Amino acid sequence: MISAFVYRLTRGLDGPLLIIVGLLMAAGLAAVFSATLDAPARFKGQLLNMAVAYGVMWMVAQIRPPALARFALPLYVVGVLLLVAVALFGDVSKGARRWLHVGFTRIQPSEIMKIAVPLMLAWYFQQREATLRLRDYGVAALLLAVPVVLIVRQPDLGTAMLVLAAGFYVIFLAGLSWRVMFALAVTAGASLPLVWTLLHDYQRRRVLTLLDPASDPLGAGYHIIQSTIAVGSGGALGKGWLHGTQTHLEFIPERHTDFILAVFAEEFGLVGSLLLLLLYLALIVRGLMIASNAPTMFTRLLAGSVTLIFFTYAFVNIGMVSGVLPVVGVPLPFISYGGTALVTLFLGVGILLSINRHRMLVPK
Amino acid sequence: MRTVRATLLSDMLPAWRSRVVLLVLLGAFVALLGRSLYLQAVNEEFLQQKGESRYSRVIELPATRGRITDRHGDVLAVSTPVKSVWAIPEDAGKVNGEQLRKVARLLEMDARDLTRRLQAEGDFAYLKRQVAPDVAESVMALGLPGIHDQREYRRYYPTGEVTAHILGFTGVGDAGQEGVELAFNDDLSGRTGSRRVIKDRRGRIVEDVESVRAPQDGHDVALALDGKIQYLAYAALRDAVAEHKAKAGGIVVLDARSGEVLALANLPTFNPNNRGKLNGAQLRNRVLTDTFEPGSTLKPFTVAMALEAGKVRSDTVIQTAPGHLTIGRRTISDAHPNGLLTVAQVIQKSSNVGAAKMAGMLEPQQMWGKFDALGFGAPPHLGFPGEAGGRLRPHRTWKPIEQATMAYGHGISVSLMQLARAYMVFARDGDVPPLSLQRVGGRLPEGRRVFSPETARQVRAMLEMVVEPGGTAQRARVPGYRVAGKTGTAHKLEGGTYADRYVASFVGFAPASSPRLVVAVMIDEPGGNIYYGGEVAAPVFARVMEGALRNLGVAPDAPVKPMQMARGAAQVPM
Repeated sequence: MISAFVYRLTRGLDGPLLIIVGLLMAAGLAAVFSATLDAPARFKGQLLNMAVAYGVMWMVAQIRPPALARFALPLYVVGVLLLVAVALFGDVSKGARRWLHVGFTRIQPSEIMKIAVPLMLAWYFQQREATLRLRDYGVAALLLAVPVVLIVRQPDLGTAMLVLAAGFYVIFLAGLSWRVMFALAVTAGASLPLVWTLLHDYQRRRVLTLLDPASDPLGAGYHIIQSTIAVGSGGALGKGWLHGTQTHLEFIPERHTDFILAVFAEEFGLVGSLLLLLLYLALIVRGLMIASNAPTMFTRLLAGSVTLIFFTYAFVNIGMVSGVLPVVGVPLPFISYGGTALVTLFLGVGILLSINRHRMLVPK
Repeated sequence: MRTVRATLLSDMLPAWRSRVVLLVLLGAFVALLGRSLYLQAVNEEFLQQKGESRYSRVIELPATRGRITDRHGDVLAVSTPVKSVWAIPEDAGKVNGEQLRKVARLLEMDARDLTRRLQAEGDFAYLKRQVAPDVAESVMALGLPGIHDQREYRRYYPTGEVTAHILGFTGVGDAGQEGVELAFNDDLSGRTGSRRVIKDRRGRIVEDVESVRAPQDGHDVALALDGKIQYLAYAALRDAVAEHKAKAGGIVVLDARSGEVLALANLPTFNPNNRGKLNGAQLRNRVLTDTFEPGSTLKPFTVAMALEAGKVRSDTVIQTAPGHLTIGRRTISDAHPNGLLTVAQVIQKSSNVGAAKMAGMLEPQQMWGKFDALGFGAPPHLGFPGEAGGRLRPHRTWKPIEQATMAYGHGISVSLMQLARAYMVFARDGDVPPLSLQRVGGRLPEGRRVFSPETARQVRAMLEMVVEPGGTAQRARVPGYRVAGKTGTAHKLEGGTYADRYVASFVGFAPASSPRLVVAVMIDEPGGNIYYGGEVAAPVFARVMEGALRNLGVAPDAPVKPMQMARGAAQVPM
């Protein structure tokens, strides 16, 4: 009975990918449980989130890529419209306008764009495949720029960066010329001072405190100092599950969301951290394998982009918690508490599964 | 513009491009790996320490300060547990107005004051210190966030102003600041213990790790002080100071056998339990810290020196007529011309001329040696802060006139405690014992011999005459006991000249047949026309001595007979 249920839930899906994601989820549940000991309802909530996310993934995995492609334009348009709506009518919380009330619940449209943008761009390049010119990259850049600018204005630098990265991966994989890339890199480098002036004060402070966290140990540097201490005090083998001191004594802020790695690393030590890194590496390798086996330009671009998004999530979050990147609001993929991010991530996994499953041009 | 269309499909993705991707990915992972290794394997120890320093705390466990008791075990100072209510302002932000008013009512504070304290910067703010434990408990029972209490001790002095100067008081951190509290601080304070605990970010104790050191409570200190005699001395002094509108006063009662300080009081005094507004005058332990020119109370020592040196006998006649004596350019005079006086009468009538003449028979070095042996010019070493030594100039610098005035207590200064102690030489048989604030158990202390027993007995007999008819201090008499003593009425030295202000004193002991107590009384600047030691200080002496002797159950040594009061006004010296 149970095995039949499990069979139905996994039938036709890529085994290695499922196993990797399953292990990540297990690690995530362990860490969330430990981080939310004082609020057990959250752990149950996370279980529910995972169930919903898995359902989404399963459904997406059933959809054939051509059908996925049909979603691309409407999803993108709706997403952009919602972002505009947020800018006009959104809720302000903690100084940022990110949420939109839609009757029964609040949604964060920028989250949708993490999938909608690569979907849209992949679909666009698919359309232009036969006659791809440099101008098409310009159009793609424009399609990317609209949501990114809207999100930056909210302001939500972390999400904007992820969306930008997702779009850039598609354009890069679509074969953007090396010379253009070089030119872009130079432009980006040259515009850094300009970007610096455009940043909000708190964003600048985050970058500065990264360079010297001790300059403001109780303010902006607090996160970085506390989380590196937590990670480091885990040592080689960790303090054991539920025995982390820094985290349980409330020294780590956001310990069940963005800084959950601190909990994990403190309790499971270097061994745990390395295993986690290995899992992410495996996830990305598997994703890239799926991408390189994909039959169409659309699926190839989409799979590659989604995989690199996973990488970006993991890299930015781990870098932030271990104190090498500035603090931006990026959760640790598949581990951090939070429904929206989970659903987005599993949507991505679903896409990978779908692409893998339907890689034969002619169905078996 | 070159198109790149041919390079796009699966087999056409250029090799360098996927290689770049893989290289970037690998590079990123290696970076994260390296960071992990650095944090968790290389820098691990440092970070673990840092972590520990964030939650591990050694907290102090206060030791209870020892009690101070009198010789009978009655408590004079005790530490009572109290609580201080404090808050973490940030956490207490959720407390609403109604709850705040409740807290304010319980703490008997103004709600606005409370709100102001809760808006303080930082993580810690006292709401009210030292409240009764049950008040703090009812505040904690409200269960408000961010409001905490901590245990503290408050020093309480049941006898209040009666013992204020001898006990002193404690200050910040329960440390002795004055009096016995300071003198015996090491014994009383005990040792603070410590405990290692784990605290979370909010400072809550999460776990008790180990007890590093248990607190060691302070030892109790039993003073030689007798609570009843102390009260008696205080009350008698208070009444006299009030009656004569004096500026200040001091009294000390010593046990002649043991050198114990049985009572010590000063006026003005203060309430050590409520030291809100104090002035320096109230705080001064005059008996020990203030010196004055003793005047006639010093004459018996001059007589004893002359007797001891063999220059006179007690019946040697000395001519004091015409009542003044000129030495160099200065003249010494008596209040009334007395004519021929025996040595004993010099004391009874308190003749300055007689005392000066006897001093003239002695070498400065001889006199200085005795004064020094009696303890003048050096603090009595009771361990009190600011004990005065008085002024006793080196004998080489003495001029004849100075030697003559010192014979009757001018040109030399002493504290009341020094004077009382010096009188022990007559109350005992010629030796001066060390004084003690604490009970002296077992063997009585050896004194330092100053005069022979014979000399001491002779002077003692002369001192008895002082309170007899014809003496200067008939009001010092105590029914049932033979009393010996000497009055003093000294002009106060102000800015180098003698002003029209006086220090009235009386030092004496009883029972004269076997002296048990020495009592010294000093009244500073009695107002009005009555300022003689025999009028102002002697009655205080009599009242305290009578009460103390009865209290100690000392057997009377004189038949009780109606007092012969004021037969002929006492002839009082200056």
